[in-house]
Amino acid sequence: MKKTHIVALVLIAIAIAALISFMGNVTTYETIASAKQKPGKFVNLIAKMDKSKPMNYDPIKNPNYLTFTAIDTLGNSIEVVYHDAKPTDMEKSERLVLKGKVEDGKFECKDILLKCPSKYKDDANANAKSISASVN
Amino acid sequence: MKYNGEHLFYGELGHFLAVLSFVASLIATISYFKASRNKLLEEQRGWIKMARIAFGIETVCVLGVFITLFFIVSHHYHEYYYAWNHSSRSLSKKYLFASIWEGQEGSFLLWNIWHCLLGWVLIWRSKKWEAPVMTVLSFAQVCLASMLLGIYFFGWKMGSNPFALLRNELNAPMLFTNPDYLQFPKIMEGNDLNATLQNYWMVIHPPILFLGFASTIVPFAYAIAGLMKNDHTWTKPVIPWAAFSGAALGGGIMMGAAWAYEALNFGGYWAWDPVENASLVPWLVMIAGLHTNLVFKSSGYSLKSTYLFYILSFSLVLYSTFLTRSGILGDTSVHAFTEQDMSVQLISFILVFFIPAMVLFFYRNKSIPTIRKEESSYSREFWMFIGSLVLFLAGIIIISKTSIPVYNKVFGTNIAMPEDPKFSYNQIQIFIAIIIGVLSAFTQYFKYKNTDKKTFFKKILWPTLIALAISLCIIFIGNIDYKEKGPGFMVAIYIAMFAGVYAFVANFAYIWIGLKGKMKSAGASIAHIGFAIALIGILISSSRKMVLSENTTGIALLPKSKDYDPQENLTLFKGVKTDMGKYDVTYVGDSINNSDHKKYFQLDFVSKDGKEKFSIYPDLINNNKGMEGQSANPDNKHYWNRDIFVYVSASSQGKQDDTSQYKPVEMKPGDSVFYSSGIIVLNDIVKSADSLKRPLQPGEVGIGMNMTVISTDGMHYRAMPVIALKDNTLRIIPDTVIAQSLIIRFNKLSDTGGGKIEFGIKEDQGIQSIITLKVYQFPFVSLLWIGIIIMITGFVMSVVQRVRAGFKTSVV
Repeated sequence: MKKTHIVALVLIAIAIAALISFMGNVTTYETIASAKQKPGKFVNLIAKMDKSKPMNYDPIKNPNYLTFTAIDTLGNSIEVVYHDAKPTDMEKSERLVLKGKVEDGKFECKDILLKCPSKYKDDANANAKSISASVN
Repeated sequence: MKYNGEHLFYGELGHFLAVLSFVASLIATISYFKASRNKLLEEQRGWIKMARIAFGIETVCVLGVFITLFFIVSHHYHEYYYAWNHSSRSLSKKYLFASIWEGQEGSFLLWNIWHCLLGWVLIWRSKKWEAPVMTVLSFAQVCLASMLLGIYFFGWKMGSNPFALLRNELNAPMLFTNPDYLQFPKIMEGNDLNATLQNYWMVIHPPILFLGFASTIVPFAYAIAGLMKNDHTWTKPVIPWAAFSGAALGGGIMMGAAWAYEALNFGGYWAWDPVENASLVPWLVMIAGLHTNLVFKSSGYSLKSTYLFYILSFSLVLYSTFLTRSGILGDTSVHAFTEQDMSVQLISFILVFFIPAMVLFFYRNKSIPTIRKEESSYSREFWMFIGSLVLFLAGIIIISKTSIPVYNKVFGTNIAMPEDPKFSYNQIQIFIAIIIGVLSAFTQYFKYKNTDKKTFFKKILWPTLIALAISLCIIFIGNIDYKEKGPGFMVAIYIAMFAGVYAFVANFAYIWIGLKGKMKSAGASIAHIGFAIALIGILISSSRKMVLSENTTGIALLPKSKDYDPQENLTLFKGVKTDMGKYDVTYVGDSINNSDHKKYFQLDFVSKDGKEKFSIYPDLINNNKGMEGQSANPDNKHYWNRDIFVYVSASSQGKQDDTSQYKPVEMKPGDSVFYSSGIIVLNDIVKSADSLKRPLQPGEVGIGMNMTVISTDGMHYRAMPVIALKDNTLRIIPDTVIAQSLIIRFNKLSDTGGGKIEFGIKEDQGIQSIITLKVYQFPFVSLLWIGIIIMITGFVMSVVQRVRAGFKTSVV
């Protein structure tokens, strides 16, 4: 066996090991109910803001503190605490990906990803709706 | 129904050209294929002639499609969905091109155009390789042209026609009962270009990036041609093409990074976003291929890996096209761009190239020459091969992680990136950077085949020692001390710093030691120097990235949570100087620029020692395209050694019409009164000018009423309304406690006597405009950009040098 082959095999083995260890670190998407079953585990929730519950964000008091209630498609809800500035437009987002963990019945959120209805998409139906509304 | 004001001719023309380009590229493919299989010179010439004509027609058609589309967009013919959906009448002229490549179809068109231009260079230069190479390229043109067809085959829609009419695309039957629908304001005006894309980078970044994507087909096509003909001499003419691809794709990617840094609030230049990764990986593999190609040319080794890397680089471009355009990235990327259902077509696009290429590769595997004799470990080819392999594996690791959404789709799993996605990339890639840095430092000091040990160590000794000294200086004087991810990662950063400096010093020295100062052939060294500088820039700017906007106002900080507490946002009140670590920051004001939808905030930074003073203008863009709200754009203050990076993370505007009234209350020193969220205590009356909160005008005598405001959450604030007397005029200076939205002023001396004073107290939630800021300091980020520019210069130098050499040999 040539030296290059040995080195190549070693490097490939390291790459595979790196990927395996990566797969050991991946997180999962959960529903609110299943996330509550796993307190302390870092998960990703797909939910939206429950607009019937109060959202608490007062940048004068503390720009790094936001709480609101998230509700998922199954109808479960959980209080979310986020130690950062409120993402602009969060109220309008139809889908939030919340990254964090459940602690003491609350969702300690580390990152919020917004999915806005038409941010990078050309949603023809949404367009049609907005135009029709303006005409009628 | 007859509609008024439509210009249907242009759409028909455009669509005709699009279909014709599809047919012409099909003919070109078949003719080139015939030419490549034909042994008779005479017939071969005939086929090539026909293929060239077809390719010429195709080029004209593609340019025609582009010009027609541009004409429609720039004339605001909003009866066309594409024009309506990607531009508006008020859009600044300079963004009209950006409108064209905002959409899926336009960016395919861009890719298509580059292929045409590259194709003509190949026809001009590639001689005996023309027929097989152009077969592959023309076939790619067939696939790209099919993306623009928008024609139904047996109920299945192929491609998406950029000339589709609004009234066919938009599901709004009510609207189109009116023959004058084009006069409706929303149709008339247009849906506009996405506000966040209205940026000069959007005009230049996509063309360069697509040139990079397009250029990866040339090495691929040469490799396929080589496999078809079982002739491996293509590896010589392809080298400048691979270097060109490295320059164009690298440049395109880094322009995207610069855009993200300058104008989007991703908080930096690289976020390991799937869209970024998907374009980085083909580049890494292309660079790996370029290096094994050089190895083969000089030593005869590494031919198989050269084939494999060139095939994979283009295949990965196709895969990245699928990732970014099929909508599969959904929840993982901030800028995956559309959701038109073209997944089937996009997957076919990958497979139709990848599978035949791999089949051909394994079919020819036996007949590809390999050298049985082992490489010496004192040879350049040995280390270059290892470096290439490391680059390739780095690419594979990155793309494997990026493909998580694909696994979820295929296997029905629901996995997501780890808790800290960026770190999960960084912790691996830093070791890649170390290996590549060190290898690119010493490998050039080896000769091909074999090197005398003594001369090698003698030559490399000084660069190594100098690099060691410089990197230690950077680490200690620069105080590189990144503890966030543990000591192991910090040591890795130190080693990577050495690797970067080593690559810089060794390549710099090599221009004199190895090349005797011949700058013409220094392309490779210069590209390596650029890479090294970029690496050093990345290491310093990320490991010394500092949050300047730590919340120091002391306004009601909540207890920090156990392990996570960014507290990276600072609230500023309009007109109030706020302490931000090294600086005092004042939010001076804001102004709205209607032409670019932006609201600019003026922030004045004054350093505490008074030496630095500058204003910075981050902005918020009002979103369009049916999206409410705003997105933030940062602004930077560039110094030679650091950037101050600022963006507005939240803002709320004060009310213009202030309706609340001053409520009169009477107090004497020692008294206190309630307000809605606490109490106000009048401590004493002060008269000396020094103790007043504000300076008086000359000649005035001031009296201050020293108060303490205690809010229900226990915070104490000082307030001092003042009256200033001069002659017989009285000036009343109210004081505000902004955090409590409180304004207090002196009204008059009480009528009831007893030394009481009547104050007016006003409470208003909207007394002030406030913004919340995030401020970072990135040191030496300029090194990254300088490094990239030098690297691209190096690539271009070697392209020029090799093309010149090619011309010379062809003359002889």
